[in-house]
Amino acid sequence: MPGKHVRKALMDTLDLARWQFAITTVYHFFFVPVTISLVAITAGLQTAWYRTGKDKYLRLTKFYGKLFLINIAMGVVTGLVQEFQFGMNWSDYSRFVGDVFGAPLALEGLLAFFLESTFIGLWIFGWDRLPKKVHLACIWMVVLGTQLSAYFILAANSWMQNPVGFRYNAERGRAELTDIWAVLTNKVVLVTYPHTIFAAFMVGGAFVAGVAIWHLVRRPGVDTGAFRTALRLGAVIVIAAGAGVAVSGDQQGKVMTEVQPMKMAAAEALYESEKPASFSILTVGTLDGSRELYSVKVPYLLSFLATGHFQGEVQGINPLQQSYEKLYGPGSYKPNIPLTYWTFRLMIGVGMTSAALAVLLLWATRRGRAPNRLLVWLALPLPLLPLFANVFGWVFTETGRQPWLVFGLLPTSAGVSPGTTSGEVLTSLIGFTLLYGVLALVETKLMFRTIRGGLAGTSPEPDEPDAAGKPLSFAY
Amino acid sequence: MELTTVWFVLIAGLWIGYFVLEGFDFGVGILVRVLGRDEPERRAVITTIGPVWDGNEVWLIVAGAMTFAAFPEWYATLFSGFYLPLFGILVALILRGVAIEYRGKRDDLQWRSRMDWLITIGSVLPAVLWGLVFANLVRGVPLDASHEFVGTVGSLLNPFALLGAATVTVLFVAHGAIFLALKTTGDLRRRANRLASRCGLAAALLAVGFLGWTQGIRGDAASAVVAGGAAVALLAGLLANRRGREGWAFVGTAAAVALAVTSLFLALFPLVTPSSLDPAWSLTTVNAASTAYTLKLLTVIAAIFTPLVMLYQGWTYWVFRKRVTVS
Repeated sequence: MPGKHVRKALMDTLDLARWQFAITTVYHFFFVPVTISLVAITAGLQTAWYRTGKDKYLRLTKFYGKLFLINIAMGVVTGLVQEFQFGMNWSDYSRFVGDVFGAPLALEGLLAFFLESTFIGLWIFGWDRLPKKVHLACIWMVVLGTQLSAYFILAANSWMQNPVGFRYNAERGRAELTDIWAVLTNKVVLVTYPHTIFAAFMVGGAFVAGVAIWHLVRRPGVDTGAFRTALRLGAVIVIAAGAGVAVSGDQQGKVMTEVQPMKMAAAEALYESEKPASFSILTVGTLDGSRELYSVKVPYLLSFLATGHFQGEVQGINPLQQSYEKLYGPGSYKPNIPLTYWTFRLMIGVGMTSAALAVLLLWATRRGRAPNRLLVWLALPLPLLPLFANVFGWVFTETGRQPWLVFGLLPTSAGVSPGTTSGEVLTSLIGFTLLYGVLALVETKLMFRTIRGGLAGTSPEPDEPDAAGKPLSFAY
Repeated sequence: MELTTVWFVLIAGLWIGYFVLEGFDFGVGILVRVLGRDEPERRAVITTIGPVWDGNEVWLIVAGAMTFAAFPEWYATLFSGFYLPLFGILVALILRGVAIEYRGKRDDLQWRSRMDWLITIGSVLPAVLWGLVFANLVRGVPLDASHEFVGTVGSLLNPFALLGAATVTVLFVAHGAIFLALKTTGDLRRRANRLASRCGLAAALLAVGFLGWTQGIRGDAASAVVAGGAAVALLAGLLANRRGREGWAFVGTAAAVALAVTSLFLALFPLVTPSSLDPAWSLTTVNAASTAYTLKLLTVIAAIFTPLVMLYQGWTYWVFRKRVTVS
């Protein structure tokens, strides 16, 4: 039966396309949080140098600036794949959402990417060609670009979680934009943007502090003053951003309960509605994930997190499934519950651990104390913990939306390119995975090498050009 | 003018911007090992595009995003239909971007030499593949009634498309060589200038053949006149190059690239992707477009921000206007 064959092939394409999106997007997001935060921290350090004239700020600017450049190069090139991928693997999705989804993407390109790319070039090569003040403004323009980019792409993603400002055109079979303002002020993006940015700053702060603690312990006496500043600055950023993540995450939980109750129920593996609902610290369910066997719970907490009241009702997976069947027809509307449950917990646990470690570092270096040598073991986990918290958060929020690609409008299976063969998707999946694997090795090696290299020479202008137009060592 | 026509023009404008700008930095990338004889020379070659290549590439991202927003059907068909060529372009652009940014981060000749190879491959491949994609786009591809691409990769490798690939590549090399002649000094400049003259002549012959053939497939008076303009601009640029007036020569090749792309889009209009199976199944500016609301919104955004972008990108070229010397 040819029809069956076609459907089988389509299934393969769908799975492969989903794997490719997951792999390329998670990989891309390894570089996004550290880039967003590190550029702002670098800009802050350069501003400190501009205002105080202190040499250590300049040297820290160049050092962390170089690490930022290594990262953004990867962020930029892997970001290209993101934009192409919508059309390549998800052409029916693109046809369905283009009228709405394209606008924030276009805004991101025109307002954010041009700003970022142009002013990074000016910043890298402009150290000796631009007046100090203008050069400083360049890096702040990059900061602005990264923030705008984050906002627009999160607005696009938030529309997939909670579609607003559109009407459904049945004749064309697509969503059509009616109100861009509604899309840009979607209640989901208003809470997701601060949550994502704070989470990014946890990564960047932890990275700055992690690199600094390594230098303080392994290279005692070398640039101790500068790295002490970096360590304490990084730790304070992690703690402050951690508080921001907690507050914005709490807001986000309430919005999620309202617009995607199934995701909240899946996050908690809450099968039946509860009033009041308790927060599960640990739940062990049956293998098929339909029933819980054992759990440790904090009473009332889930009600408070989800609704803001200790007595609020939280809907469970099973009643939601029933109501969705009535609304959308037969089928399963449950996401992968063990996956959502564990990524949600890991996101919170791993993120909070990194904030605790930052407190420890701050305490260990209080009032001019030299840090204990053992603290060097925190250098690597410190930035990796919040980075993985970011990844867990995204895996949670994207898989928690399943089986929808656009919540309530378009199932994921309906978005995949109908004409694209599984062979093509497999080719690109393998190709990108191998390429990304090799690049990860190259990038990590280069990062470690640069970190070990430490701060540049002590002259106030290490990249002083000796002839007009001479290529700069800082750059190429 | 219809809003859909306005957006066809704007999308064409973005692609023109992309090919004029990244065209020369692809050319420079292809030539890094050809014109740069040793490490200091190669470093100088890369430095000529260092501050600007990334901004140039954003023209591609914006062209893609704007196509997605203004003509979702076009974006969907184009990107899923040309799957493997676009995959190749992505791999090449990834390798190239990383290599350009990382080559100077290690003081190691072998490392830099390897990065230069990646820059060469990462520049040649997109030039070839963009030529292939655009030639096929103008020629028409097998689209079914629901605008889905139903051909194979093999169907993309026809003689016309291969000529398009060769034309675009050689034209970019000439364009890049003239940019290098404009941005460098001494012996490097002289060699770039000489290479530009030779490549430019080949590019002119290929372009006349390719644009002429395009007229045979899908032409009209306007696109023919503009194609002629492209040839004249290229020859004028080569003449200026011969006289060492590299600024004017660059204006010439930039205009030639811009006019050649314009000619292709003019030949295409009002189609955006012709179907080779049945003309009725072609995508047009009308059936591929977004709603009037979205197009109006995009028009306002583009009207405000495109001039701003051109202003600050132009400023970058002004800041880095000095020639790069080998050291």
